[in-house]
Amino acid sequence: MANVASTTASAGSELTARALREAVFAGLITLGLFVLFVGLKSDQNIRNELILTQRWGLLAIFVAVAMVGRFLIVVYVQPRFAKRKAAKAAAPDVVKKDTFFTRQWPKIAVVMLLLYPPVIVSFVGVQGSLKWVDNFGIQILIYVMLAWGLNIVVGLAGLLDLGYVAFYAVGAYSYALLSSYFGLSFWVLLPVAGLLAALWGIVLGFPVLRLRGDYLAIVTLAFGEIIRLVLINWTEVTKGTFGVSGIAKATLFGIKFDASKDGFAALFDLPLSSAYYKIFLFYLILALALLTAFVTIRLRRMPIGRAWEALREDEIACRSLGINTVTTKLTAFATGAMFGGFAGSFFAVRQGFVSPESFVFLESAVILAIVVLGGMGSLTGIAIAAVVMIGGTEILRELTFLKMIFGPAFTPELYRMLIFGLAMVTVMVWKPRGFVGSREPTAFLRQRRAVSGSFTKEGHG
Amino acid sequence: MTAPLLHVRGVETYYGNIRALNGVDMEVHRGEIVALIGANGAGKSTLMMTICGSPQARIGSVHFDGQDITRLPTHEIARLRIAQSPEGRRIFPRMTVLENLQMGASLDALKHFKEDVEKVFTLFPRLKERQSQRGGTLSGGEQQMLSIGRALMARPKLLLLDEPSLGLAPLIIKGIFEAIKVLNKSEGLTVFLVEQNAFGALKLSDRGYVMVNGRVTMSGTGKDLLANPEVRAAYLEGGRH
Repeated sequence: MANVASTTASAGSELTARALREAVFAGLITLGLFVLFVGLKSDQNIRNELILTQRWGLLAIFVAVAMVGRFLIVVYVQPRFAKRKAAKAAAPDVVKKDTFFTRQWPKIAVVMLLLYPPVIVSFVGVQGSLKWVDNFGIQILIYVMLAWGLNIVVGLAGLLDLGYVAFYAVGAYSYALLSSYFGLSFWVLLPVAGLLAALWGIVLGFPVLRLRGDYLAIVTLAFGEIIRLVLINWTEVTKGTFGVSGIAKATLFGIKFDASKDGFAALFDLPLSSAYYKIFLFYLILALALLTAFVTIRLRRMPIGRAWEALREDEIACRSLGINTVTTKLTAFATGAMFGGFAGSFFAVRQGFVSPESFVFLESAVILAIVVLGGMGSLTGIAIAAVVMIGGTEILRELTFLKMIFGPAFTPELYRMLIFGLAMVTVMVWKPRGFVGSREPTAFLRQRRAVSGSFTKEGHG
Repeated sequence: MTAPLLHVRGVETYYGNIRALNGVDMEVHRGEIVALIGANGAGKSTLMMTICGSPQARIGSVHFDGQDITRLPTHEIARLRIAQSPEGRRIFPRMTVLENLQMGASLDALKHFKEDVEKVFTLFPRLKERQSQRGGTLSGGEQQMLSIGRALMARPKLLLLDEPSLGLAPLIIKGIFEAIKVLNKSEGLTVFLVEQNAFGALKLSDRGYVMVNGRVTMSGTGKDLLANPEVRAAYLEGGRH
């Protein structure tokens, strides 16, 4: 590599010359690409005639950005990466030593999450905490739980499921309908919703037993749509697109969160605020998410979890080792779906309203994106990815200062998908196997030794 | 002589409408090493897969230990203690060596896991060094050892080996054949192996079968087949490639 050894002055000027050349090329390409998109804009004038507005200034900015960017990449970024790569290749692979933090950090994270609501309340007050606990806390945790649930199907068993939102919907409607028609409480219906979702997981599982990869993805995608269309069209029961509203709230050991005399606020002599209910919901979803993680971790060490992982790797080898792949797949679908169902019924109790709008394909895509970005199979990575993706969306809503730059009509949320796309491409280029690509082994004879991801090629294995 | 451990009778197997096995008869007795040799596409691997029930034989029968296993699903056949080291090894690449061995022991729910792992490690010391490494990062020879080791973890009555020498260096092949011999001699393990490496396989085996175009054309003791001029011409002296 020429630019690694570019220490001498002549090599430096050569690099600059090359960078200038490449910058000019980049500028030309940009000009060619954007001259019609950006340079010219078709518009209607007041007499309804089509006119062309010329925006050469904007085009010049685009070209300049491309040229400067290319120049900087060639001169600074590329040599840096090359140097780092060379340094990495020179140094032998070292198995990272566990520090206290790396070993204990799941526990630390849980403690921090437990302390999150009181800390927020002490900073911004009870009423001010609403946004932080609800939008950032609960919203993110729902997706963490959903992604952990999907991780069982996709990350462990390797069954690509594009219709996971269907089980979320089944859980949400199970609670919404059973509570409004039969008046059953949340705590009774939570397991019922999970079981119903698991049942639908098996229903989906049967026809797709023989499918893998792309074909499986298509069928699961269709399944998700079927559930949504049933919810829209079965109007006598589900009220169609109007959705089910006025869903009963959850109670804490029979204590209601309302303005009544024996409500939570009155009982503990607190001012009436919906923030307490939100904090309660925060702990509820935290508990549910931790249950998902706990079950996943335990299952991975049990025969069924090992069979899932082996199934992901090689189905034929599994069968020749005496593993019944039919039941293995069905349990993966059912277990994943069950957690989707739990999350769904929580969603219904939190919103107080469900409609088919909430269960579109985009939701499945976001959940799957979280699993993939986080690193399939890694609970930690998935949690980080959920914080980044969902927290990122919420932060976009907060960036009101952008309105000052781009004008009052600018709504940052609308650029969400654009930024998602960009972020995903970046992460996949930078870390092809997600944030946490290494897999924690479950079998040890004497001592634990982490198998570092650097032993395997990126994107392989 | 007692009834054979594995008895294949008049088996015909099809892939769609294409007949891959055309009336195969063969048997494996307890304590034997039996080799099946033949050229590419002769149906050797198909026979091995038919024994395992995927694909199933359309005509004929496969009996194991006195039980008809022709129509059993693959995993139930495996539960009768027929362990297989499949073609291409098919180890689990993202799982560690130890986890791969664990998967092999899943029939007995890991009851004698430690003991059996030690046995595999004595047989293949290389695996012990690599125990916490991912399967996919092993060399070809080590992967083959792992594949055999994984099969042994099931405490099989019959070990099926599909081309254990495929793509390996001669020295490693020798080591693997040596290990098979040791297993057979010390544990009395019955082995049925499919090989293109006719010389090594026949030298190792008590008996051998030669397969051509989905039929068994010759059979005999390993020594006889090695001495047979037809076998020599076709498979040993430049007949291959």
